[in-house]
Amino acid sequence: MKSLPFSIKENHIFIVATTALILLLYGYGSFSFTGFSSTQVILNLFIDNAYLIIVATGLAFVIITGGIDLSVGALVAFVSMVSASLLEQGVNAYIVILVTLLIGIIFGAFQGYMIDRFDLHPWIVTLAGMFLARGASFLISTDSIVITNETYSSISRAKVYILGDSYVSIGAIVAIMVVIIAIYMAKFSKFGRNVYAIGGNVKSAKLMGLPVKRTIILVYTLSGFCASLGGLVFTFYMLSGYGLHLLGMEMDAIAACVIGGILLTGGFGYLIGPLLGVLSMGIIQTLIMFQGTLSSWWTKIAVGFLLFLFILLQRLIVMRRGRRKVIRLEKQNPSLPVPSQPVSGDFK
Amino acid sequence: MSSAILLRAEGISKSFPGVKALSNVNFSLRRGEIHSLMGENGAGKSTLIKVLTGVHEKDEGSFYLEGKPISPVSPQDAQRLGISTVYQEINLCENLSVAENIFIGREPKKRGRIDWKEMNCRAERILSERLKINIDVTKILSSYSTAIQQMVAIARAVDISSGVLILDEPTSSLDKNEVKQLFEVMTKLKSEGMGIVFISHFLDQIYEITDRITILRNGEQIGEYVTKEISRSQLVSKMIGREWGKDSNQENKNTRKEVQQVFVSAQNLGRRGMISPLDFTLRKGEILGLAGLLGSGRTEFAKVLFGIEKADQGVLTIDHQQIRNMTPKAAIDKGFSFCPEDRKVEGIVNDLSIRENIILGLQTKRGLFKYIPMNEQREIAQKYIELLNIKTPNMEERIDNLSGGNQQKVILARWLATAPKLLILDEPTRGIDVGSKAEIRKLILDLASQGISILFISAELEEMVACCDRVIVLRDRKKIGELDRTEMSESRIMDMIAEGVPVDET
Repeated sequence: MKSLPFSIKENHIFIVATTALILLLYGYGSFSFTGFSSTQVILNLFIDNAYLIIVATGLAFVIITGGIDLSVGALVAFVSMVSASLLEQGVNAYIVILVTLLIGIIFGAFQGYMIDRFDLHPWIVTLAGMFLARGASFLISTDSIVITNETYSSISRAKVYILGDSYVSIGAIVAIMVVIIAIYMAKFSKFGRNVYAIGGNVKSAKLMGLPVKRTIILVYTLSGFCASLGGLVFTFYMLSGYGLHLLGMEMDAIAACVIGGILLTGGFGYLIGPLLGVLSMGIIQTLIMFQGTLSSWWTKIAVGFLLFLFILLQRLIVMRRGRRKVIRLEKQNPSLPVPSQPVSGDFK
Repeated sequence: MSSAILLRAEGISKSFPGVKALSNVNFSLRRGEIHSLMGENGAGKSTLIKVLTGVHEKDEGSFYLEGKPISPVSPQDAQRLGISTVYQEINLCENLSVAENIFIGREPKKRGRIDWKEMNCRAERILSERLKINIDVTKILSSYSTAIQQMVAIARAVDISSGVLILDEPTSSLDKNEVKQLFEVMTKLKSEGMGIVFISHFLDQIYEITDRITILRNGEQIGEYVTKEISRSQLVSKMIGREWGKDSNQENKNTRKEVQQVFVSAQNLGRRGMISPLDFTLRKGEILGLAGLLGSGRTEFAKVLFGIEKADQGVLTIDHQQIRNMTPKAAIDKGFSFCPEDRKVEGIVNDLSIRENIILGLQTKRGLFKYIPMNEQREIAQKYIELLNIKTPNMEERIDNLSGGNQQKVILARWLATAPKLLILDEPTRGIDVGSKAEIRKLILDLASQGISILFISAELEEMVACCDRVIVLRDRKKIGELDRTEMSESRIMDMIAEGVPVDET
């Protein structure tokens, strides 16, 4: 009963495709525009998108369980607002950092609890969470608050030099660390594997005795934590808090996951994916910037096309897999085309 | 063999809305024995297993493991107690690798991280040593056939269990050699002192491997027997609740005139893997039975006929008109109607009221956008509620508040409202109480005398003999014979079905 050796390779298709896309765009950019190929341009992708990488990575876990978290964008704005207003009142910067991270954890855990305990649809619960967080930001203040705190601005200004003159921000380093930890968790922790199992088949996961409830609550807690960490990094980056920050950013995060090969139906995807997704969107933006004449909204159009392309690709692979399975079954056992057919004749 | 009782169930009861699935069932499993739970579909075997392993909550009764009371609240809990289960449907995650499916939840770890190498190694060893299958355990499960997936599920259960292993129809997708392999494993585990509960529809397998049999019927325990001491016919008659070979007095009160006009006929109609090509004719006002065991192709044939599954060969003629490309919509337009086997899944729409459930079929027939005025809807619903004697406070009651028998009547009403010419009834009386059964049977006879053709599928032969004008007997997805009313008797049908094949339901 040998099966075709495609399935493993197939799993890598999205990673390969996205990487190829990034390289292609980078190659095109370096070829067409002077200065595009400098290391700093690449590193800027990480600096400018650090928050998005963090948020998308946390969201990826949720999506792999087959759920969704729409509250992340609003949570980032809320965190920026809370930070700014607390700092304005002279609270110690480290306490502020701690408080904002706690907000994310509690917020996420609450959403997870609602989803699990009352069997609510994650779309609805996190949509409510999104409105709540966004609304609460304006409750603090309707205006933008500029952060003048010394600790925050020094973190914001800090440059970590790598490769001579090129540097990254603290935020970018945090983002890379988050990605590395996420990859490790997905592959080598029980929690990570349970996440995949739940995304594959919740019912089976329950019957196999996996802690489904705990995992679901944890996964939204993790997403909430990543959103607040992303919010923190974003606050360092912007040095201001504002309720209108990053409207609709949750959709960018979802798009990054999809382009990075995380299946929206759950159970499938690699945690390097969101990073690659963010980078490919970022590189498109950079290209358009360098090009100079196009409006920056062309980024959205390009991302839209990309998304279409990638969901189509995902769908095609799933369809092909289904078809091949049928063919294989028939090949294996021509006398028993349907596997569940009772064995007969054995006992005659 | 030590006869110490390993697991004991006492007075277990469980009800689902409208159905009493288990009532006061006792069961005991000894150390080092293979014990079979036998019973027809719906007898409560799977429910007992699910209650025992914490999937469902029991209403009454208690379980004892080695004398100590236990009450697992989840499969996880049961596993901790050393009870592991392979459920009827394969319950694994297709997106994970084979090795992971065996080990998830208890992965080997090294320095706090999952040790994949060790896991793959051990998975390979379990599969090759215990079940004698050599496959690449790093591949995802969905790349393997159902049989292999089943073996993986068994491997997982065998590896987890420390005292009790429950196998709920593990052999249904295995071939002969795989079954042999499984039996070797079971025998070995038995000699190690494990208690194994084995559920199977195949009598030969039961007699080959089990030591004891507990028989369930309609959620009640009939008795516990030593396998060697009970004959097949005794076993079967205990399962179906009547004597094998003895017929019920043939009370076919069917005094309708024979009509010769053929309504539907088929030549060589079949679909690969579902039902071998067969011929059949159905006259107007005739009740034709499809007899056979579960999986004999009776439901499959009904589905092909109704166009739910496309026939890939053969000709279907309705009213002298050849039909190609049968679809359910075309079938409904031709006056077909189909009451499916599993009313919970394929029949009722839970959240809708009785009235809405009745109107559904008519709405489809008339076209989805043609509104049926409310007073017409009410009139229709009221008419059938009275006609079929549906017991409900009012027609706006949600259908899932009704009992099984009344739900079945609502589905019948749904189709009757479309003024059908052919009514396909797949197990219309399954899982409903005796009174409603009789009512539904009477109704079927009435409908036939009004000229409606009926294709009747039932596992209860008594019912078949009482209602049908003719019976087509199926076995292994093939038609093996046809009996008309003069030749028809329960024992005759049973003989045809049982001839040398594993008996799986009756």
